[in-house]
Amino acid sequence: MALTGVLRPGHAQLRVLDLEADVKLYRDVLGLEETGRDSFGRVYLKAWDERDHHSLLLRQADQAGIDLMGFKVDSIASLDRLEADLNAFGVKTERVPAGEMLNTGDRVRFVSPMGHTIELYAEKKDVGNGLSYENPPPWNAAAERGIAPARLDHALLGGVDLDGTIDIFTKVLGFFPVEILYAEDGKTVVAIWLSCSCKTHDLALIRLPENGKLHHVSFWLDSWERVLRAGDIMSMNNVSVDIGPTRHGITRGATIYAFDRSGNRFETFSGGYGAYPDMKPIVWSIDHLPEGLDYVQRKLHQSFLTVFS
Amino acid sequence: MEMAGEANIQPQTAEAPAFVTVTILNSGETCRCRTDESLIEGLRRMGKRGVPIGCRNGGCSVCRIEIVSGRYAAHRKMSREYVSDEDLAAGRVLACCVKPLSALAILAIGKMGKALAASAAGEVKATGAERP
Repeated sequence: MALTGVLRPGHAQLRVLDLEADVKLYRDVLGLEETGRDSFGRVYLKAWDERDHHSLLLRQADQAGIDLMGFKVDSIASLDRLEADLNAFGVKTERVPAGEMLNTGDRVRFVSPMGHTIELYAEKKDVGNGLSYENPPPWNAAAERGIAPARLDHALLGGVDLDGTIDIFTKVLGFFPVEILYAEDGKTVVAIWLSCSCKTHDLALIRLPENGKLHHVSFWLDSWERVLRAGDIMSMNNVSVDIGPTRHGITRGATIYAFDRSGNRFETFSGGYGAYPDMKPIVWSIDHLPEGLDYVQRKLHQSFLTVFS
Repeated sequence: MEMAGEANIQPQTAEAPAFVTVTILNSGETCRCRTDESLIEGLRRMGKRGVPIGCRNGGCSVCRIEIVSGRYAAHRKMSREYVSDEDLAAGRVLACCVKPLSALAILAIGKMGKALAASAAGEVKATGAERP
C-alpha cells in the first residue's frame, strides 16, 4: 500500500456558544448527519459520504474555537510507531483510552508548539455512507440534503511557533509542503499548506500572535457549481458569509468562507490539484496574498488575517 | 435570551423606535440603524466601515465596541474569551450581539481597529524565526 502512516484529518472538535443553534446549522444547513451524543454533552456529526462514525464534534462552551483535531492513521502498528517517533523527537504525548470518544479507539494526543491539541488514532467504527459496499448507486438522498459536503477536508490553524509545528508534521508525521506563503523577507514562513495524501492540503498552518487559534475547518464539495449552491443555501438561512464564492489562487480551490452561529469559520471547498511528495512546493510572496486568497477579486480581505476563533 | 445593557443609562424598556441614529465616535460618522437586527448588521448593510466586521456571531471580537451612551439589548451570547462580566457592566460588548433600542454613541475598541489603521495591503507581523 502506497499511502501509509497518517491518512487524513478524521475529526475536529469545536466549541460553540449555543449548542442547539450550531447543531441546527451543521446538521440542517450544512447537511451533516448527527450520529450520536455522549455523556459529556458532545454532539457527533459526519458528512454523508464519510464511512467512519463522525468527523465533527460540537461542545457547548463559553468561548468559541477548536478543542482538538484528530488524524486517522492506517494501523495500530503505525499509531504505536508514531507515538514512539513523537517522543523521540521530544514531543510529549498522552494516550486517551478507547471509548472516551464514541466508537473511537485509543488516541495518541499531543499539544503542538502552536498550542493546538492534535490526536492520532487508528480505529473508528465504520458506519457506512448509506450506500452498499456491493454494487452501490453513486449517491442517495443524503447527498442532496442541505449543502451536503462529501467529507471533512482540512483545517487551517494559527499560532506563534509555526516553524516548530511544521517540523513535527513534516519530520515526524510524514506530511509534505505543497504551497508556502513567505513574508517580505522571503524567508519567514507566514503560512503553509501541508499534505499527507494527494490533496493540496490536509492541514494548513498560519503564523499568528496568539496560540491555539482556529481559522477554519473545511468541508469538501464535488464541484464549483455545488460551492455556488452552498452560497445560495447560506443566504437562505442567514449564514454569516466572510469571503466568496470565489477561487483561491493558493491551492486553486473554489471556496466560500462563512461562520457558524458561534463565530467559528468554516469553508465549503472544491477543486485543487493532485499533489505528490516529489513535487516542488509552490511559493507565494506576501504581496501576492490578495490573489492567493481571492484570485477573482485580487484584493486583500482583512478578515483573513485578523478574524479567528 | 435578552439581557439589559447598562452603559451609564437608565433601565431599558421593551419599546424602541424602528430606526435609531448610531454615532461612531472614532470617526464621527453616523448611521440610521434598525432596532430589530444587530448593530453590526445595520452598520454593514449601510456600508459603514467604522466598526470592523468579523464573524458577526459573537466568536471573534473584532467588532468590540464601547457603548458610551444609549440603550441596547444583548440578543446572543458573546465569547467570554473577549467579553467579561466587567466588560458587560461597562457597556463593552460585541456589536454583532446587541441591538440598539435608542440613539447610541459608540467607540470601536476591537483589536482590528488598529490593524485597519495600520494596514498597508498585506502587512503581516511575522514574529518567529526564519524557515529552517
